[in-house]
Amino acid sequence: MSGEAAWEMVIGLEVHCELATATKLFCGCRNAFGDEPNVNVCPVCLGLPGSLPVLNAFAVELAMRIGTALHCEIRPSTFARKNYFYPDQAKDYQISQYDQPINTGGWLELPDGSRVGVTRAHMEEDTGKLTHVGAGGRINSAHHALVDYNRSGVPLVEIVSEPDIRSAGQAKAYAAELRGILVATGASDGRMEEGSMRVDANVSVRSFGTDSFGTRCEIKNLNSLRSLGRGIDYEAARQIALIESGERVVLETRHWDESAGRTESMRSKEEANDYRYFPEPDLVPLVPDAAWRERVRAGLGPMPADRRSALVAALGGSASEAEADQIRAVVDLGLDELVRAAVDGGAPAPLALARAANEVAAQSDAGLVLTPESFAALLALESGGQLSATQSKAVLGLLLERGGGDPSAVAEELGYEALGADFLAGVVAEVIAANPDEWARYVAGDDKLTGLFTKEVMQATAGKANGKEVAAELRRLRG
Amino acid sequence: MSSAGDPGRPPDSNPVSLSRHDVIHVARLARLTLSDDEVALFTAQLRSVLDHAADVASLDLAHLAPSTRPIAVENVLRPDEPRPGLDRGDVLAAAPAVENDRFRVPRIGGEAP
Repeated sequence: MSGEAAWEMVIGLEVHCELATATKLFCGCRNAFGDEPNVNVCPVCLGLPGSLPVLNAFAVELAMRIGTALHCEIRPSTFARKNYFYPDQAKDYQISQYDQPINTGGWLELPDGSRVGVTRAHMEEDTGKLTHVGAGGRINSAHHALVDYNRSGVPLVEIVSEPDIRSAGQAKAYAAELRGILVATGASDGRMEEGSMRVDANVSVRSFGTDSFGTRCEIKNLNSLRSLGRGIDYEAARQIALIESGERVVLETRHWDESAGRTESMRSKEEANDYRYFPEPDLVPLVPDAAWRERVRAGLGPMPADRRSALVAALGGSASEAEADQIRAVVDLGLDELVRAAVDGGAPAPLALARAANEVAAQSDAGLVLTPESFAALLALESGGQLSATQSKAVLGLLLERGGGDPSAVAEELGYEALGADFLAGVVAEVIAANPDEWARYVAGDDKLTGLFTKEVMQATAGKANGKEVAAELRRLRG
Repeated sequence: MSSAGDPGRPPDSNPVSLSRHDVIHVARLARLTLSDDEVALFTAQLRSVLDHAADVASLDLAHLAPSTRPIAVENVLRPDEPRPGLDRGDVLAAAPAVENDRFRVPRIGGEAP
């Protein structure tokens, strides 16, 4: 056998999540993205002699929330120094958890029902940000580098999966689901493009039916779900081609180049791996007691999987493929509260879901806040027939633009007071009189012409008519 | 970053067998250039330190939990409240080289380990 069909991908992901704390992990400097360089620094995060780290209690709390949401065991843990010479840490070491991480042995369930094991989720500090100068900013040929230590010491949780993932699509689904969980726990804003969530992929291939693992490569610089998928597919194909031509895969770290669409060797792993970890003498063990663990567990809100299930239940227990996509979008964007409120207010679940997944989701980037009450009131007007679909979308557009409001008032402002039945019947009669040939065809059974008549009535009423009522009136006249 | 080594393995295994090769390796990791005489000197010195520590291995400690600290203290935490740091001007004034409000460092081969 040869070709990609004979090979199975084995993928494990390492996800670094920046915690949404106010301050850094071991000092009171602000944890803020996008500030002027080197304004959030102090003796601790600059590694000045005599400074001492003190652990941020809220960072621990967020790490425990992540572990709890991922079904991990929360254990007594310690910190260690990972020693290496690189200017992204002023201390020449990074404080990380090594042999005693806070969270171990969990799992994450994907929307398709598959489970990916979580080996560990440990705490560590982030590094400073390097800018390479000269040679177009390329690392290996740059002239020199500039360091901003604002990010140095920002709290991270690194979530390491088991090598349970078997395709690029599953890797993307894992990263997306994990992002949803990180946001739901309040641990992170989950923004990959700002580096709040960074994903490295360990990729290897093996022939189908083999139990042992092939030699893996770690892929870095996967800055989006799209890069993650492309990087994995490229790397697996590269390894398969190597093996099939009789060569060996070398254990190494590779850099994903998004514009070139390929991975490039960064360094061999054996060379880089001697970090001489030893226990951090300036930090004491972290031992969350049962009461704290229980408080964290009890304080967690529903996770994305629970929220998706709730929406499926609102649909009556099953969802079509299109509805499942809408449900994922709505939950990812945190719009499920809107749908629940509308359904509680009597609107049909499929309609509420569609409005949230389409119209509201399209505007969610603007960061506008629509209250569940407002959304529910609008859906009540639409499902009650007081507003047509077109009118409802127009009102929704204005509500989103303004960040909320009373749908009835907006509808009135747009002149959408419900048309009287007599008035509508009059307009329909006029449109029929103006289109005698089409009317004859409609009477003869050409139902497609409903669209044409509806369009004409909409034009005549400046969009105020309800399409369903127009169609009903046409059917009534046809007899 | 957990890709580094095996988290389940103690960092130091069998220190008794410290060799000249180990000293050269550790010196390289610490960016130290040692002469042959220094390698010999430090190999002997480090070996005697490690041999002394290895005396502990002759005791029966099965009933004791491993300890990395002399006093039993745990959970030293601070609230997540911002505190003023250092003035950037003062900080950068202490740096050997500065450019665009950043620390300027020599060219680096490769990305972070």
